[in-house]
Amino acid sequence: MTRRLSVLLSASIGVLLVACGGAASSSQPSPSSSQKLSGTLTVLAAASLTGAFTKIGDQLHAENLNLDVKFSFAGSPTLATQIQQGAPADVFASADQKNMQTVVTGGYNSGTPQVFAHNKLQIAVRTGNPKHVSSVSDLTNPSIKVDECAPPVPCGSYATTVFGKAGVAVTPVSQEQDVKSVLTKVSLGEADAGIVYVTDVKSAGSTVEGVQIPDNLNITADYPIAQLKSAPNQVAAKAFIDYVLGSQGQNVLASFGFITV
Amino acid sequence: MVRATQTFNPVLVLLAGLCALFFVLPLVGLLARTPWASALGILSDQNVQSALKLSLVCSVASTILACFLGVPLAWVLARLRFPGKSLLRGITTLPMVLPPVVGGVALLLAFGRRGLIGEPIATATGFGLPFTTPGVIVAEAFVAMPFLVITVEAGLRSMDVRFEEAARTLGAGRWTVFRRVTLPLIGPSLAAGAVLAWSRALGEFGATITFAGNFPGTTQTAPLAIYIGLESQQVPSAVMLSLLLIVVSLAVLVALRGRYLGDA
Repeated sequence: MTRRLSVLLSASIGVLLVACGGAASSSQPSPSSSQKLSGTLTVLAAASLTGAFTKIGDQLHAENLNLDVKFSFAGSPTLATQIQQGAPADVFASADQKNMQTVVTGGYNSGTPQVFAHNKLQIAVRTGNPKHVSSVSDLTNPSIKVDECAPPVPCGSYATTVFGKAGVAVTPVSQEQDVKSVLTKVSLGEADAGIVYVTDVKSAGSTVEGVQIPDNLNITADYPIAQLKSAPNQVAAKAFIDYVLGSQGQNVLASFGFITV
Repeated sequence: MVRATQTFNPVLVLLAGLCALFFVLPLVGLLARTPWASALGILSDQNVQSALKLSLVCSVASTILACFLGVPLAWVLARLRFPGKSLLRGITTLPMVLPPVVGGVALLLAFGRRGLIGEPIATATGFGLPFTTPGVIVAEAFVAMPFLVITVEAGLRSMDVRFEEAARTLGAGRWTVFRRVTLPLIGPSLAAGAVLAWSRALGEFGATITFAGNFPGTTQTAPLAIYIGLESQQVPSAVMLSLLLIVVSLAVLVALRGRYLGDA
């Protein structure tokens, strides 16, 4: 709803700008002079990128009104499988190198994948931290229900790494298909703690708060992005990747809590 | 013989053939990719076995639950008149059209640890359904029960109520009539409904992973294990498990439908 509204809003602003540009003197370059992208751009992106990429897509659309940016957000392995099965997409953004490697090994990419952001893990708890979780080792307490991503999902393998570094054995109550499902279980109060990204806690709103994991136990997740070989819209795919790596895209990513490159 | 040739309609047969292919081809695709050589190794994998066992236990338990609660509901819908009946029927069959994930979320909001009735129960007893095997059974029953209710209600509506009336006039009590007359008469519908519900429960994925979660041995049923297998790029094991699920379902569907619904 809000997305549709903001698209509408940015669209109408764009129209206004075009109208102004036409009426005003031609010496001032109109902000929408770069309107060269058109058609549909399909981006497959890791679930943890939902907020940031939606905003980037809206911005890109506002600058290129003829460009329709479509996203499919899911766990990175799901997206990698879809690419292997021939999903007609233009860009793939993964939450780890492993799933990007799957795509590269299969020869589905065009050009070298580029890392565009980093992320760290945090322990998500309900606001007010009712179970007083303060460290990774608290998660071994059997009265605390811990939820994490399934091992093939990046956030799941990262969680395993963190537990390994901390030297603790945590038995989760469930292993979710993507990081947003972990967050849902925590915000609904079913799980007491969830291992998620810093950015997820930030985007979750008021129901969830984060407990820091110290750097010596934490991981740094690399987010690689690549254009797909079978991309129906090669021009827009390249422009999208440039935009994400450029200052505007990086600013959006930073505002969602990502560590920029 | 003559009649048969006269009713033979080549267009209909052709379309039916296309329709059959539509169902057969995916199965063939699966068979073509089945790793027969490593089948034994995959099936003896502990995770695969516990997923299969869990699937069988939970689907049977949810079918029993569906029969226990669904038959009375079907009876109420078929025999009683009361305001709001159409609405009630709509609500109880809603899980058939609802995306299972939505069903899972709704179940969480009702029976979760902070759910409408889940919270008082959790406060009083410390027990919560999510992340437990009973949670899987509840999720499967929620999705599968409507199939039983619809089938049994249709059976109750099409049966001749004069048998019940005759039994009543001969002095049989309410329960005797229900047990000795009604239930045997709707037997085929009940069996068909139970089989439908069971096969739906066996394949349940969305409501289960949303409501009960996914953990090997406790809540990871075969469909969940297949999904996670695909995610891990373990396609052979996922295909093998899918095939096994298909064989089991197909055997039950063919055997029981053939038996209870005549030459189906």
